[in-house]
Amino acid sequence: MRDVAIVAFAQTAHSRTSDELSEVEMLMPVLHEVLDRTGLKTADLGFVCSGSSDYLAGRAFSFTMALDGVGAWPPVSESHVEMDGAWALYEAWVKILTGEADTALVYAYGKSSPGELRDVLTRQLDPYYVAPLWPDSVALAALQAQALIDAGATDERALAGVAARSRTDAAANPYAQLSGPAPMGDYVVRPLRRGDCPPVSDGAAAVILAAGDTARALCARPAWIRGLDHRIEAHSLGVRDLTESPSTRLAAERAGAFARPADTAELHAPFTSQEVVLRRALRLDDDVTVNPSGGALTANPVMAAGLIRLGEAAARIHRGESDRALAHATSGPCLQQNLVAVLEGEGHAA
Amino acid sequence: MPHNERLMPHKEPVAVVGIGQTRHVAARKDVSIAGLVREAAQCALEDAELTWADIDAVVIGKAPDFFEGVMMPELYLADALGAVGKPMLRVHTAGSVGGSTALVAANLVAARVHGTVLTLAFEKQSESNAMWGLSLPIPFQQPLLAGAGGFFAPHVRAYMRRTGAPDTVGSLVAYKDRRNALKNPYAHLHETDITLEKVQASPMLWDPIRYSETCPSSDGACAMILTDRTGAARSPHPPAWVHGGAMRSEPTLFAGKDFVSPQAGKDCAADVYHQAGITDPRREIDAVEMYVPFSWYEPMWLENLGFAAEGEGWKLTEAGVTELDGDLPVNPSGGVLSTNPIGASGMIRFAEAALQVRGRAGAHQVDGARRALGHAYGGGAQFFSMWLVGAEPPQN
Repeated sequence: MRDVAIVAFAQTAHSRTSDELSEVEMLMPVLHEVLDRTGLKTADLGFVCSGSSDYLAGRAFSFTMALDGVGAWPPVSESHVEMDGAWALYEAWVKILTGEADTALVYAYGKSSPGELRDVLTRQLDPYYVAPLWPDSVALAALQAQALIDAGATDERALAGVAARSRTDAAANPYAQLSGPAPMGDYVVRPLRRGDCPPVSDGAAAVILAAGDTARALCARPAWIRGLDHRIEAHSLGVRDLTESPSTRLAAERAGAFARPADTAELHAPFTSQEVVLRRALRLDDDVTVNPSGGALTANPVMAAGLIRLGEAAARIHRGESDRALAHATSGPCLQQNLVAVLEGEGHAA
Repeated sequence: MPHNERLMPHKEPVAVVGIGQTRHVAARKDVSIAGLVREAAQCALEDAELTWADIDAVVIGKAPDFFEGVMMPELYLADALGAVGKPMLRVHTAGSVGGSTALVAANLVAARVHGTVLTLAFEKQSESNAMWGLSLPIPFQQPLLAGAGGFFAPHVRAYMRRTGAPDTVGSLVAYKDRRNALKNPYAHLHETDITLEKVQASPMLWDPIRYSETCPSSDGACAMILTDRTGAARSPHPPAWVHGGAMRSEPTLFAGKDFVSPQAGKDCAADVYHQAGITDPRREIDAVEMYVPFSWYEPMWLENLGFAAEGEGWKLTEAGVTELDGDLPVNPSGGVLSTNPIGASGMIRFAEAALQVRGRAGAHQVDGARRALGHAYGGGAQFFSMWLVGAEPPQN
């Protein structure tokens, strides 16, 4: 199998609203930044892959305009997933593994501000039996949080601790939307308080992947993808044990996450309670630095937030702050679908 | 750069060992969305004589989620497609998505990430109205540009002006494809009383495109099982082998864009032919399933794909070369003009090409087809995906 690495990462300063910017205007500076980091131009790229959702944009084929930002001329080898950008990265990784490309640009964006995100996300539920009831994303996460509390896996105080740690860490992240101490606030849906829930965010992110010596030429310390896998669970919440994440566990096993301990984990846990589930699934102990970026609790641009976890983990390896990091992305209600990447830097950083 | 990095790592050859389609109709009121996709997947499994347990991963594609009103429906379809505990990817590249989805699945096998992959594309257009689903709200699009036909009609007119093609050619394509569809039990339109005069007399929808030269709006799904050499060796029926596959994209609008013969389409075809060792597509390819949603796109794509010189495509159509018994049969299945579940239409092209080289196309089989091209395009003629399949394993 070819050695493939994340060699550059860029993201927007995420915000509650970006009314004045179109999606392509929001995305373009990020694309320029990530290309500048490597000195690559669009025409040098072996492959381009993106992730986004028409339902956020409120229009069909919303991703077609983003291609203008890429500057796809001469024509590019390109694909798009209607998923978080983490899965676009997966498709690009496979493309490089086939040998058909040596480099790839992966990007993702989401503007949640034009609609009511909690309502919009109900449209991804079973259209016959669940969506007609409009159960929103916070309510479903609250069911999961209550199940965890009932099982004795956590309590509201521990959840508040996750929120506080995330906000504190985000103070060092200039791209985070929320940071610094914040009250937990009132219940949004019991047992989840305002502080247990992610902000509603607009934002974009991009990474560059490269193989072998190309990666070494483009980046002083590439973040090598040692393993990458994703798994999905049943959709119906009624047939799942919401306190466990077997798909995360299986993806981690397949990605080789348990072969050696990691020093860092970037987990895509939009709700504090979901960090509890993921820590258990990934068997993370207290020695592991979890979400040093502040995580999705401090900036949650839907469709990009998972790719940002991979980018943040890679950036720590680039900077020599991590030698082996896990990155995780999720999709669907209550962690239905999960992706796990194992990233490593060469040589000991510290 | 060390020597081993310069060499193309050897890819695993990819074989198509199972193909399944639903009956395509205007409205499949008898099944849910899950029921529709499962029907196609089950047919593909039966064709390959495999079970759900033999599938390592699922790659699903469809066009805009607004067509069914379900955001990211693959989440809900995980159970119906036996994907629980497996990887599931959802591709969306506009009208080319059915082809792109198959290529993403093929790469999983080619990269040796998985051994056997189920790929599937669907659309249940009866759940909404496709024309208005595609019509963007102002200010994203000018008024009166309703539906895809409104977008593509000026490009057809430009083709006619550029080549001097007589305005009778479009009707010939529609008449051929609708007759071919009579030999395909899965096709949506079965117009047993079709005549050329009826096509020519049908109402003008988007000048110069007539009603009978336009694709229908269909409910349907198409599935394929892709596997490696080991899987192919167990196949109960002859597999189709992937000899080349590529995607190309270009922006929607820009100064210098050639809407009649987009560069991305030419580049995509050239890449596929290069991979497959094809130097004379007209002579070396035995059947073509191309994405022709409006009749005139047959002569346009004949030129774009290198089957005819620029300005000459319409002459092949007019001379009957693209008929089922011609020397370059195009859309023996009846094509998109007879069946159009949008998100699945590209995969149906890919699957029909594979059926031809497997010798399993039934009444619309092209005699002795050894190599066939599957083609799809989408967006503003800006997204292209193609594969070339053969009856023999690839040489390299």
